[in-house]
Amino acid sequence: MHTTTSQAPIDYRDLARGDRVHGSLYTNPEIFAEEMSRIFYRTWIFVGHTSEIAAPNDYVRKSIGTQDVIMTRDRDGDIHVLLNRCAHRGSIVCNEPRGNSSAFRCPYHGWTFRNTGDLIGYPFRQGYGESGPELNLASLPRVASHQGFVFASMATDGPTLAEHLGPAAEEFDRLASLSPEGEISLSCGWIGHRLNANWKLLFENDADGYHPQFAHRSVIAATNTHIGDLYSDRSPVTAHDLGHGHSLREMRPVYRDSPPLSWAGASEERLPDYATQMRAALGDRADVALTDGPPNLMVFPNLAIMDIHISVFQPLAPDLSVQHVTAVQWNGAPDLNRRELQQTVASVGPAGMFLADDAEMHERVQQGLAMREPEWVDVSRGLLRERTDEHGHAVGSVTDETGIRAFWHEYLRLMTAEEVA
Amino acid sequence: VITTTDDLTQRRIEGFLYEEARLADENDYDAWEQLWTDDAMYWVPANGEGSDPTREMSILYDNRRRIGTRLAQLKTGKHYTQSPPSRTRRIVANIETMPTVGDRPGEEPPGGADLEVQANVMIAESRASGVTLIMGRVTYHLRLSAGELKMSYKKVVLINNDRPMPTMSFLL
Repeated sequence: MHTTTSQAPIDYRDLARGDRVHGSLYTNPEIFAEEMSRIFYRTWIFVGHTSEIAAPNDYVRKSIGTQDVIMTRDRDGDIHVLLNRCAHRGSIVCNEPRGNSSAFRCPYHGWTFRNTGDLIGYPFRQGYGESGPELNLASLPRVASHQGFVFASMATDGPTLAEHLGPAAEEFDRLASLSPEGEISLSCGWIGHRLNANWKLLFENDADGYHPQFAHRSVIAATNTHIGDLYSDRSPVTAHDLGHGHSLREMRPVYRDSPPLSWAGASEERLPDYATQMRAALGDRADVALTDGPPNLMVFPNLAIMDIHISVFQPLAPDLSVQHVTAVQWNGAPDLNRRELQQTVASVGPAGMFLADDAEMHERVQQGLAMREPEWVDVSRGLLRERTDEHGHAVGSVTDETGIRAFWHEYLRLMTAEEVA
Repeated sequence: VITTTDDLTQRRIEGFLYEEARLADENDYDAWEQLWTDDAMYWVPANGEGSDPTREMSILYDNRRRIGTRLAQLKTGKHYTQSPPSRTRRIVANIETMPTVGDRPGEEPPGGADLEVQANVMIAESRASGVTLIMGRVTYHLRLSAGELKMSYKKVVLINNDRPMPTMSFLL
């Protein structure tokens, strides 16, 4: 147990270098605590989706780092993110995973708070005299959403969500464009997968196009999956740094050489209702949408949109994380949704044919990082062949560690920045 | 309606459940696969009892073909989370033969002549991080097929399926 702070501040520039990162970044409790305050309790964090609180007064329990939060929709439709702690004596005020209520009443002493966080009242007012305490639930100062994806920041000031997302925003739009109604829902519920591994290993893994042929060789051997070709040294797929820690695996060069719906492992013949609805809704633009498919997008620091499923990374301790996963559901596309949910369930979660092996690798890495030597983790793959796009962002081949380096750039920026920027 | 399974004794049913448990514990994938009917459904719901696996996330939801794929993956020896395989032992207890057969997801089996049996299961799994205990309620649909008892449906409702769970890629 760490009881003292070190004399000298941690020099993150020395630990997170361009081509390698230090193993202590995954194991040191002091660094974990600083990550919470400088990243998770400061920048924009993905919390949940508006479809999870569709009706007025709906609420759902979520997390920001180690913090238990309640995402609510008030009676006017506005969304709030509240810390789950009674302003009186500290008990959690919400003990249900989700529900519908205009207020939260703490069972300990009966203090009651509106779903905006504002105090409604408490029993036996005379005990406080004329002007009693006006204590509210802590409410995150900034909440914003894009395509229904709700983000919150504990910093009062800072870049807007649009500035934070930058070019990643249009990838959310691409995801939604695959719905005949232009909207997605996260309505299937989440599975939490608990891992004895640092949260950054989870993010890095989803940004890593090098491991699939190896870590997932049992799936490749047992099924007709095409991922072996997508993640090969000859694949036309590219890895793009989008800035602010976000990155994109650009799969469209493959899918544009294939019939529509190849990304879904399907075809227009196999999903005729969906194809018809898309053509009716989008007209000429349907071909592009159906061919291109959804993005493979990493959103710093806790969200991955992996084509058909969503992963959220929750840090709990230097060596303990939860990966929350759910399937994307496109509004107005029941036949597509049914198929992609089945694919997602087969792939992800504690018994998933893909993610169980990812989890195994994360836990083995966490064990290995406890060894004293060689201290560093190498993230240099592809540096020599990276190019720069018109926005000044790095572009690498799919098996290059471009997306991992994008993560570390933003990590270093936030861990060394005094002000939110 | 119980028909072809009327004369199955409780003892024969228990024997089947114990065999199924032993084959799973000993990673005898081929013999375990033989216990399933062709229209089998294997379901481990998440977030409670599970209502509709075609609309909600499950921990596992396999039709007969996907059961085969899952076993083929295990048999490659490269499903690293099970290479080497977890060592498990499970206890199947509180076995009850139910008076009626409940609904199951997927296509209904022809004839609907299955017998529903429920039991509690406790599985201890040893892995590098220590021993994990998991518990749940299991629903089995059993069927006599050419004189042999087979399993057409197995649903495992884990008591902690609404909370974060560790990797569980051994046979549940």
